[in-house]
Amino acid sequence: MSTWQRLRSNRLALSGGIVVALLAFVALFAPWLAPYDPGEFNAAEVLQGLSRQHPLGTDGIGRDVLSRMIYGSRISLLVGFVSVGIASFIGVTLGALAGYFRGIVDTVIMRFVDVMLTFPTFFLILAVIAYLDATIWNIMVVIGVTSWMGVCRLVRAELLSLREREFMIAAEGLGMSPLRVILRHGLPNAMAPVFVAFILGVAGAILTESALSFLGIGVQPPTPSWGNILTEGKDTLEVAWWLSVCPGLAILITVLGYNLLGEGLRDVLDPRLKSR
Amino acid sequence: MNGLLSVENLQTEFHTEEGRAVAVDGVSFTIAEGSSTALVGESGCGKSVTAMSIMRLIQSPPGYIRGGRVMFDGRDLLSLGEAEMRAVRGNDIAMIFQEPMTSLNPVLTIGYQIAEALRVHRSLGKREAWEAAVRMLELVEIPDPAERVATYPHQLSGGMRQRVMIAMALSCDPRLLIADEPTTALDVTIQAQILELMEALREKTGMALLLITHDLGVVAEHCEQVLVMYAGRVVEQGAVADVFAAPAHPYTRGLLRSLPRLGGSGKRLATIPGMVPPLDRLPSGCRFRDRCESAEAACAASDPQLQECGSGRTMACPLWCELGSLAATESRP
Amino acid sequence: MLAYLLRRVAGFVPLLLGITLISFLVIHMAPGSPVELMTDMNPEAGPEIRQRLEERYGLDQPYHVQYWMWLKRIATGDFGRSLSSDARPVIDKIKEALPVTLLLNVLSLFLVISLAIPIGIYSATHPYTPADRATTVFVFLGFAMPTFWLALLCMLLFGVVLGWLPISGLKSLDYETLSWSGKLADRAAHLLMPVTISAITSLAGLSRYMRSSMLEVVRQDYITTARAKGLSERAVIYGHAARNALLPVITILGLSIPGLIGGSVIFETIFAIPGMGRLFYTSVLMRDYPTVMGILVIGAVLTLLGNLLADVMYTVADPRLRKR
Repeated sequence: MSTWQRLRSNRLALSGGIVVALLAFVALFAPWLAPYDPGEFNAAEVLQGLSRQHPLGTDGIGRDVLSRMIYGSRISLLVGFVSVGIASFIGVTLGALAGYFRGIVDTVIMRFVDVMLTFPTFFLILAVIAYLDATIWNIMVVIGVTSWMGVCRLVRAELLSLREREFMIAAEGLGMSPLRVILRHGLPNAMAPVFVAFILGVAGAILTESALSFLGIGVQPPTPSWGNILTEGKDTLEVAWWLSVCPGLAILITVLGYNLLGEGLRDVLDPRLKSR
Repeated sequence: MNGLLSVENLQTEFHTEEGRAVAVDGVSFTIAEGSSTALVGESGCGKSVTAMSIMRLIQSPPGYIRGGRVMFDGRDLLSLGEAEMRAVRGNDIAMIFQEPMTSLNPVLTIGYQIAEALRVHRSLGKREAWEAAVRMLELVEIPDPAERVATYPHQLSGGMRQRVMIAMALSCDPRLLIADEPTTALDVTIQAQILELMEALREKTGMALLLITHDLGVVAEHCEQVLVMYAGRVVEQGAVADVFAAPAHPYTRGLLRSLPRLGGSGKRLATIPGMVPPLDRLPSGCRFRDRCESAEAACAASDPQLQECGSGRTMACPLWCELGSLAATESRP
Repeated sequence: MLAYLLRRVAGFVPLLLGITLISFLVIHMAPGSPVELMTDMNPEAGPEIRQRLEERYGLDQPYHVQYWMWLKRIATGDFGRSLSSDARPVIDKIKEALPVTLLLNVLSLFLVISLAIPIGIYSATHPYTPADRATTVFVFLGFAMPTFWLALLCMLLFGVVLGWLPISGLKSLDYETLSWSGKLADRAAHLLMPVTISAITSLAGLSRYMRSSMLEVVRQDYITTARAKGLSERAVIYGHAARNALLPVITILGLSIPGLIGGSVIFETIFAIPGMGRLFYTSVLMRDYPTVMGILVIGAVLTLLGNLLADVMYTVADPRLRKR
């Protein structure tokens, strides 16, 4: 069976893929899908329940929750992809250096990985964000800079084992430069597990951003993010449950979707790990 | 003949993603009390599955015993309840495996692992079982048994570990020992020691032995009866001396011809052409006909069954059954 | 064994140096010095006052000198004084908060281990049954759950709507008047929600891990040997398989400690528990950098100790590592 067929026959992965695709659609076409402007408030319609005009109700200053949720999906995906992109870039670069050069380069990089893994990274993120101001770009950079270690180990391990194989030895024998060998031959072979880690990483980054928003140091209002909609709603939880329940569910379903897709991809791309 | 163990028309199949594969397809044989029988054949022919089916240790799913009987001491093991079957395993029938490096639990002492069987089947206390374990180590000629008993498997060599496996298997005086390629993973000199030990212990205890191997030299030296398996079937059965002197089935002859001999003629070793076919793509009629040098058109038409060919021999090839005596002259270079 | 431990501890020294260096850099590379923050609040503070403050905290020195001075001081347990209004020694503040966080995390870990291992063993020995599928669903939900949100909903349900459990703090107002059993019940009631909810993510992860480790182990030859001996399935699974399957799980437990400590920020904030996480959060908001740095270092040291503990457990559980 081809990779694609196996992925399609994996029901969990398929449902994850559908969630991911649907979400990408919503984020991409947010201006057309949202019934209202997410920032438009109406003092006459404060904390209204679910209705035909406002399918998910309104918030404390009369903004339409559905529209804010739709725009919030853009923030979640942006944070997810950019921060994991940064993490992957750092991880792949350092992992490739460590795995290719070995020796002292490898030792230094891997010690650095150990140090980073020993940190309660959430503490680190919190500290940095608080000092740097909680803009969306700072948040993405900090999440990226504190979550590259897994990918680094992955790429390094893959390159170490690849080095022993014939084509790498042959490439070196032909006098190709180390960089060229890594880029043309080493990395493409290490891409499958990195891709899986990327998808799973997006899920993790979305959760981290929402937790930061919850603590009030994530993406700042009035920009709507699922995390800050939830946080704004927590004080009125008893009278307007939808304000907290909707974004929470959205986070849960999104993260679930990415996790299912990632695990499914892992099964399909790497049959060795199928039992997991 | 009513022996200790009588396997009748055993069928074991595996369900895989590609479909059903019948690994053991109607195997029948008998093992007499105190005798030694060899089960030979290429890898994948169903030797180990036969042994595991007798012990009812086939993992299911994917494996299922679909039919037949395994009569042991008058009882059909296949119809026993799980608790009754457990009382047979390690007690009446014991088994040792190919890989001594992985067959012992790495986190438990060898003493504990030997004592375990005694505590289950003989209801011995911890202390008595431990002392019995020391005696078993002595029996399998491990030096300093009183000290070695408290060591862990990783502290022993492969040969020593296989001795421990034998000690474990024999601890409850089984009436049948099934040894699944017990020496394949060992050095040649250690192989001989282990086989001699097994032979000596068999004479001492009077147990029967079912030795699974692909080493025909071992068969000639240590066994009385031989069963030749091919693609899930027994194709020839007889006394070792008879079969080796005059192999009748074309497959057996091929196997024997591929055996190097000291003082041989110096000609190149003959091999059997082709490979064992996958179990789901067996040819029609005789399973061996694709590789058989004497295949005829008739071989594709009917699936040959085991039949008597005189002097306690049975085999599954109607052509050569009649010409049994001719084979004797032909197989000699 | 002792030599092994000493070697491990010696290996921690470079890690500790790296940790302190990163903590130091993170705080000092950020724009806006703490003195600015303090003086911003006070319109009367002129440049002279600023300078005096900078000298007092050594902020006028070059970075490497500051780092070295700080390193020397923390080696003696002196993390400086908090910049918050109480100006207490940081170490005292941490000493108060740490036991609370430890209690919460130890209870949570205990809950995780005592549930995840049996769950993992059960689903591995009954693969693809409805119960196994149910655990798979639970595992995926647990992984994806924004736990602060779950905490919020649980507070609403059990605390407000049903009124069964207290929703904040570690003890009731009338705690001191209670009998000892009443005190115990009061504590348990306060801890129940935070401990359970903070256990969920690790519980999901660990039971999944135990399951796959167990599935791997039951394929091993020595499991067949144990069955061939005539042992009951129970003895095979618990006597032979489980111990081997636990070995990799111990490592994972060690690795999960930073996540647990990091998570305590969220739970302690939600449930208003006066632990290290909440102290860290409030210190970060106030830019109380001696406290922030102190907690960063202590948190990392805790993780190292956790890893060391995991190493020791691993060595005890696996005889292959003992005599080397």
